[in-house]
Amino acid sequence: MAILSKKDQRLILDPLADDNPITIQVLGICSALAITAQLKASIVMAISVLFVLGIGNVVISLLRNVIPSKIRIIVQLIVVATLVIVVDQTLKAFAYELSKELSVFVGLIITNCIIMGRFEAFALGNGPYRSFLDGIGNALGYGVILIMVGFFRELLGSGTLLGFKVLGDPIEKTGLYSIGYENNGFMLLSPMALIVVGLIIWVQRSRNPALVEEN
Amino acid sequence: MGMKESLHKLKMKYEGKKMAPAFNALHTFLYAPNETTHSGGHIRAVDDLKRTMNTVIIALIPCLLFGIFNAGYQHYYAVAEVAGTAADYKAVGFFDVNFWNWDNFAMGAWTVLPLVVVSYGVGLLVEFIFAVIKGHEVEEGYLVTGMLVPLIVPIDIPLWMLAVAVIFGVVIGKEVFGGTGMNILNPALTIRAFLFFAYPTWMSGDKVWVHQAVDMAGQPDAISGETILGSYAQNSTVAYDYWDMFAGFIPGSVGETSKLLIIFGAAFLIFSKIASWRIILSAVAGALVMGLIFNGVVDAGWIDSSSKFYGLMSVPFWQHLIIGSILFGAVFMATDPVTGSQTNKGKYIYGFLIGFISIMIRVFNPAYPEGVFLAILLMNVFAPTIDHYVVQGNVKKRMKRLKLKTA
Repeated sequence: MAILSKKDQRLILDPLADDNPITIQVLGICSALAITAQLKASIVMAISVLFVLGIGNVVISLLRNVIPSKIRIIVQLIVVATLVIVVDQTLKAFAYELSKELSVFVGLIITNCIIMGRFEAFALGNGPYRSFLDGIGNALGYGVILIMVGFFRELLGSGTLLGFKVLGDPIEKTGLYSIGYENNGFMLLSPMALIVVGLIIWVQRSRNPALVEEN
Repeated sequence: MGMKESLHKLKMKYEGKKMAPAFNALHTFLYAPNETTHSGGHIRAVDDLKRTMNTVIIALIPCLLFGIFNAGYQHYYAVAEVAGTAADYKAVGFFDVNFWNWDNFAMGAWTVLPLVVVSYGVGLLVEFIFAVIKGHEVEEGYLVTGMLVPLIVPIDIPLWMLAVAVIFGVVIGKEVFGGTGMNILNPALTIRAFLFFAYPTWMSGDKVWVHQAVDMAGQPDAISGETILGSYAQNSTVAYDYWDMFAGFIPGSVGETSKLLIIFGAAFLIFSKIASWRIILSAVAGALVMGLIFNGVVDAGWIDSSSKFYGLMSVPFWQHLIIGSILFGAVFMATDPVTGSQTNKGKYIYGFLIGFISIMIRVFNPAYPEGVFLAILLMNVFAPTIDHYVVQGNVKKRMKRLKLKTA
């Protein structure tokens, strides 16, 4: 990590743990609920947000001195919308099945609170290089949680990982299924994503009591 | 040296150590503790939390015993039905020997008792672990939950599923909120809801209610046990008469079938002032009102007999009380003092809506042939809101009175 100064390192590493956008700032919950039933969709979503937030932060940061503050939300929306359409079209061209699965949720990256949040909180006040690092860091922090949730939901809900039947075949009763194991249908429903995120928050806070707010 | 003495010694030995809450709980569960307040005047009431819990458990025991016999009865009856000798096995009166016999009891005990053991074992283990980690006393909250859980699940639910659900229910439904007395949702119903959404094939359908029906499916001597609600939902005829439904000689979750014994339990709980008669009464009223509305819709001819709701809508309104688990839910679940409404006026609203919504879900949602547990969980969430408005209304009324006096 010698390439990055201490301060720049923190931009990337903080959102991964103690300033995580999902578990600490509680942003971007909607997509964490919607698309994490499968690991593959979670990974694609994480990469898409990484792209949009990384580039978006740089663009906004470059424009930050010319955007009139009264219309800055509109300008931000246009930047996100453009990037999201690029992602959407790319997915449609190269991964059509997956894009159908993700359907509206790629489009809904526009409304992902993390993106607007980083534009407002960071890119509007910092240079492009640091904004880029901040965008990457937050997108990675978001992606890590998404992939964790997706991992548990797909493993316990469908008994697969990335489509591979890691626990055996539920119909032919091989592997774990031969001793009576069954998939947990609750895992595939959105409420369970919320509970899994909650459990991650619980673990994180009990490992680091400094995160617990005082009442 | 008696057992009480040795337990006390054991407790003293571990005083202040990590495992202390576990021994303490064991001791106070079995006996009154040795330490009592020695000086000063104190009000002593015997009906502490443990006594309350034990009263509810006593009220549940008839349901459990009936459930054990019924598990065996339903199994042998279904087998006899396939063999064509059902008439010999049919229980007619409540004390019919076809029902209360050793064979039924043995078969039922073999299937029901493991559910009780798993429910208590896993649940108390979770409670002990939390008590040791957090360093507080083991709370008694699980005593009733552990008894309720086996009574509200189908007989053949795999034990590991029950164990997973109990862990989920106790941790997510109770411990994360701060343990007994702090929970928003009824833990027993949280456990049932988890099972219902996680393993729906084991929680509904016509196979899960009779022991071994799942295993024997597809064989020539396959047995089945469609519940009454299931039959109505499919607009097909019901094979049981009102007496069967009231006495409880019907397939269903383990402890919910006998309305007669539930009424006895309710009377006992109301008499001992443990359960709120307001909630029970208004839940029954709510169910009747919703049933009447549906009957009215049918009578007015607004619904065709080809509609998929017709079967359940045309059930006579009073009959809703003796099918499904509405009575069991109203008596043992809705009256949970922690998750229900606290104010008297709130209790009427809370209970009424439980009955009302239960029947609504029952009729309109064929995918969930029984909606009582969903209705109670929903109202658990709304109970604090109801209480808030009742209290605010009272405050407003008094303010007005004050103004009139001072003006």
